[in-house]
Amino acid sequence: MSTDVFVVIEHLRGKVNDISYVMLAAAREISDATGGEVLAVLLGSDVENLGSDLAANRIIYMDSPELSDFTSEGYQQAIAAIIQERNPRLVLFGHTSIGMDVASLLSVNLEIPLVSSCLTISSADGTLKYTSQLYGGKIMAEGSLSEPSTLITMVPGGYNPEDGQSSTAAEIIAVDPPQFEGLRISVKEYIEPEAGDVDISTESLLISVGRGIQSEDNIEIAEELAEAMGGVVSASRPVVDQGWLPTSRLVGKSGYQVKPKVYLALGISGAPEHTESITGSETIIAINTDPAAPIFNIAKYGVVEDIFDLVPVLTEKIEEM
Amino acid sequence: MNIVVLAKLVPDLVEELEINDSGTGLDMTWLRLIINELDDHAIEQAILLKEKSPAHVTIMAPDIEGVDDILFTAAAKGADRMIKILGDFEEGMTNHALSRVYANILPDLNPDLILTGVQAHEDLDGSVGPLLAAFLKMPYIGYVAGVSIENGNILATKEYPGGLNAEMSATLPVVLGIQAAETPPRYVAVSKVRQAMKSSEIEEIEASELDASGSTLVERMYTPKVGEGATILEGDLEEVADNLIEIFKEMGVL
Repeated sequence: MSTDVFVVIEHLRGKVNDISYVMLAAAREISDATGGEVLAVLLGSDVENLGSDLAANRIIYMDSPELSDFTSEGYQQAIAAIIQERNPRLVLFGHTSIGMDVASLLSVNLEIPLVSSCLTISSADGTLKYTSQLYGGKIMAEGSLSEPSTLITMVPGGYNPEDGQSSTAAEIIAVDPPQFEGLRISVKEYIEPEAGDVDISTESLLISVGRGIQSEDNIEIAEELAEAMGGVVSASRPVVDQGWLPTSRLVGKSGYQVKPKVYLALGISGAPEHTESITGSETIIAINTDPAAPIFNIAKYGVVEDIFDLVPVLTEKIEEM
Repeated sequence: MNIVVLAKLVPDLVEELEINDSGTGLDMTWLRLIINELDDHAIEQAILLKEKSPAHVTIMAPDIEGVDDILFTAAAKGADRMIKILGDFEEGMTNHALSRVYANILPDLNPDLILTGVQAHEDLDGSVGPLLAAFLKMPYIGYVAGVSIENGNILATKEYPGGLNAEMSATLPVVLGIQAAETPPRYVAVSKVRQAMKSSEIEEIEASELDASGSTLVERMYTPKVGEGATILEGDLEEVADNLIEIFKEMGVL
């Protein structure tokens, strides 16, 4: 049985996504324990240069015009060919818009078990175990990773992306693409995000509102605090889905990664899709009525209080200063 | 256009979640179940498509406590056909098993478009959309926030990080994993749901035997220690506000 760990590199428009480095860091730790190799799987058209800082023993590189844009079908056929030829112990994907699309297809087509939302992988007495984050981060699940192969989609937070980067380029093994068959999906165009009035990814103080804000009218209490402090209001997904704030203010998986000095989370529960984008903040402060809210796991300071009681008092005090 | 939406019930995260006696799953005894939020967006997207051009919308869900409410609510919103799948779904239902059940039923419904939430917060073995697409050998696009039909093809807006979207085209039939409907799920008055209960019917279909192969066993489930890293600020509102102001000053944002 192979002990190699494959990492499917995610990249968009000429840039490797952070989750790829997180997965390489995980793969390195597993292979140190099991003695296997870390192989990065890089797919695309004319993207060989993206392999230059990947911390892998080797890079399996497949170049094809059919892989120039991500489609679940093209990636599925390409990765299936690579797995069938090399039978790795684990194949890591991001728990993302790319990885989630393709890992489930492969699980069915190759009959390989799949574990989702994996935060960490550990090795003890020759057994590999997963720890996954479920129920919005409120529950953790653990179990053994089936032999001989398992597919995994990984969430960030368990490994440092810097540990997945390398200053020396790994050896590239170029492999031929398979005969692509019956591709039914194509990319027509990319739509760039609408430029907002502010760039939340560079702001130093974010007053961020979540589902707990309850209505569009209530956003005013966050706006008032932001105005008093000289900060900017951002939001989690439910608020933007409701149309209460524009996408340019969205913090999270499909929105922006932020790294302010202070991230004040008002009524945000802290689902993984949100928290993965705020871990670069210097200080996270959370106000939430639910003492079990996962946001308190990553916050430096927490207040278990109703935002509608506390925030107006806070704003008034600051305005009086 | 024949649209089928797949919905399921999941624990309401507002409630306290407890682990069962065996330590490998949730204690379902007092658990409040609600529709998976993203499945609700999938239903909304189907209704929006039907409002734009003629379509027949079927909603299908496994028979778990509360399923009738979901199906009648969808009927009140404009769904044409409601199907409840009978089977032993309460314990150990994995997405691989559920997708196989759907894959056995769906060909008879002749769907052009299958919509479901891109994920649910309880998913541990992939998500229903792409698993089902693989079983049915249909194309799959996930993380979709916007759907339209053009010259018999589907146009789907797929979300990527950083606000980037890709406009993707696919031939029908297709499975889409919905992240967000074009507009948020509409509210329906209880009176309308009651009306739907009187005027519409829920069909029942027996599930094929459950086959969970491809999914993963849970050996231990636990609640992470909450607030381990956080210093919880105590006191009355005035004290807490003063504390926060001190922290803001220390951090140089005030």
